[in-house]
Amino acid sequence: MSLRIVVCVKYVPDATGDRHFSEDLTTDRESVDGLLSELDEYAVEQALQIADDADDAEVAVLTVGPEDAGDALRKALSMGADKAVHVEDDDLHGTDVLGTSLVLAKAVEKTGYDLVVCGMASTDGTMGVLPAMLAERLGVPQVTLLSEVSVADGKVTGRRDGDAATENLEASLPAVVSVTDLSGEARYPSFKGIMAAKKKPVESLDLDDLDIDAEDVGLEGAWSKVTDATERPPRTAGTVVEDEGEGGTQLAGFLAEKKFV
Amino acid sequence: MAEVLVYVDHLDGAVRKPTLELLTLARRIGDPVAVHLGPGAEDAAKTLGEYGAVKVLAADAPEFADYLVVPKVDALQAAYDAVGPAAVLVPSSADGKEIAARLAVRIGSGLITDAVDLEAGDEGPVATQSVFAAAYTTKSRITRGTPVITVKPNSAAPEAASAAGTVEQLDVAFGELAQGTRVTSRNAREASGRPELTEAAIVVSGGRGVNGAENFHVIEELADSLGAAVGASRAAVDAGWYPHSNQVGQTGKSVSPQLYVAAGISGAIQHRAGMQTSKTIVAVNKDSEAPIFELVDYGVVGDLFQVLPQLTEQVKARKG
Ligand SMILES: Cc1cc2nc3c(=O)[nH]c(=O)nc-3n(C[C@H](O)[C@H](O)[C@H](O)COP(=O)(O)OP(=O)(O)OC[C@H]3O[C@@H](n4cnc5c(N)ncnc54)[C@H](O)[C@@H]3O)c2cc1C
Ligand SMILES: Nc1ncnc2c1ncn2[C@@H]1O[C@H](COP(=O)(O)O)[C@@H](O)[C@H]1O
Repeated sequence: MSLRIVVCVKYVPDATGDRHFSEDLTTDRESVDGLLSELDEYAVEQALQIADDADDAEVAVLTVGPEDAGDALRKALSMGADKAVHVEDDDLHGTDVLGTSLVLAKAVEKTGYDLVVCGMASTDGTMGVLPAMLAERLGVPQVTLLSEVSVADGKVTGRRDGDAATENLEASLPAVVSVTDLSGEARYPSFKGIMAAKKKPVESLDLDDLDIDAEDVGLEGAWSKVTDATERPPRTAGTVVEDEGEGGTQLAGFLAEKKFV
Repeated sequence: MAEVLVYVDHLDGAVRKPTLELLTLARRIGDPVAVHLGPGAEDAAKTLGEYGAVKVLAADAPEFADYLVVPKVDALQAAYDAVGPAAVLVPSSADGKEIAARLAVRIGSGLITDAVDLEAGDEGPVATQSVFAAAYTTKSRITRGTPVITVKPNSAAPEAASAAGTVEQLDVAFGELAQGTRVTSRNAREASGRPELTEAAIVVSGGRGVNGAENFHVIEELADSLGAAVGASRAAVDAGWYPHSNQVGQTGKSVSPQLYVAAGISGAIQHRAGMQTSKTIVAVNKDSEAPIFELVDYGVVGDLFQVLPQLTEQVKARKG
């Protein structure tokens, strides 16, 4: 029986760019180049490894995002995913995490799945909650924040390195997992992979296809609202000294002046 | 006055500091009702009462430890149904955020994560967040349902305010999914004897410049002289020189201490994301062009192996 894996990937503004808010207080996706969230590359990598270890598996990558988000799908396809699903609709602009999880849940169900693989967090929103929400909406186990994951005999197992403890987890499929940046470096797309990606199918879905009410998504439908966004004032330039044998003593003087010692 | 649910983070009844901060913030919105899951409710209730909990809803069951997240969501939802609160506050730990997320879906409410401050507002609580690697400070509120908000450690100074803290049994009916993800084994992290990274007033972090696990004692000795927690950059963690649980940054912990000392760390955006809101920042780096110097209140361009030991000696001498 074939294993159907869906990887959720997000297209995000490059974190090393100068990220801003737009006038409507949503993330400005114009001024900074976008890319496949680096943390979702780990998800694609683990999905591909799980697929390699299975007798017969298919990896679909799924994104909810604007037209440009197709770039993230293409990158994942060139890494080796088999097909892509792009949920795109003008009414989605400004959707928050509750709305996004609703859309992803419908899209995952429509695509068909045994295993959903997510990244640990998106590099723009950095909430790290979507995988749990998705599991809640799908009504399947969540096996999240894994540094190690494997699938065998209809079960997913993995290691969660938590704040207070390391836990080994186990759940039956279907399930939603998320993987951390400790799970193993993601592969680079090969030239062959990039060429092959051009021929792979990309399905496009809108809200109608998913039976979702426009009122439940978008800026108007959002469950939360940003009312103010202020750029942090740049830190005032401090003192920088060259160590000429007394650097440690000078630093101690500064800490004493600030009453840290 | 409206009641506000506060999810308690504790170790066998020893309440962790972030929960006391939550109780302090909750009082700005209403009367805190604490939700304590697992053992030790009676012990915890004393502390929770001292910090303003009018009531402690307590439940203990093997499910909380044996299965991931969902049993705790079932319990928090039971508390929500019993109390009908004005808001639900949960500590921003990995578990806390997932519990809050699932509760938000269940009760059809909006979710705000990683708040660093909270105030009462005309249209419900207003949360302050620090986003885009702390380049922006935002204010947000929930527009649909009961606000569910996770709050980062070090967001408020805990203030005592005596309240009854009466323990009441919370009845929890576990749902079908409660046993979905089994915890087959658990290894508690060993205590370092140092302050908790996210709660510490001072953090001393080492990066690639430390150049080996065997050299990290230079960082630890400075940390110990200052009573600080030890942090590390991802480069140091990836190299296996220090545990991942000490990583500071986007995919590690975010810290906001009174003093942050970065040694042998260049100051990449992902590292800044986890420390940029520290009150005072100090760096030692041998490259005067390192971006970390853009953030510092005081910086020393020099070899950390020269500067740090000298600093440690001086700190010890001054402390007598
Ligand atoms: C998705 C993603 C998530 C990430 N998450 C994190 C994260 O959570 N935390 C994090 O830290 N990074 C994170 N990173 C990595 C980040 O981009 C940097 O690679 C990392 O922070 C670099 O660590 P470093 O400053 O220790 O090393 P380097 O950048 O190599 O800097 C080492 C510094 O040490 C100095 N130095 C060397 N020797 C000495 C000496 N003897 N004395 C004084 N100074 C010396 C050098 O001049 C240099 O400035 C992430 C990256 C990505 C893509
Ligand atoms: N718009 C999106 N499209 C597809 N996947 C997403 C989207 N947003 C979030 N995800 C997935 O959910 C994970 C956690 O995101 P978040 O909770 O937003 O930090 C990411 O690593 C992705 O795997």
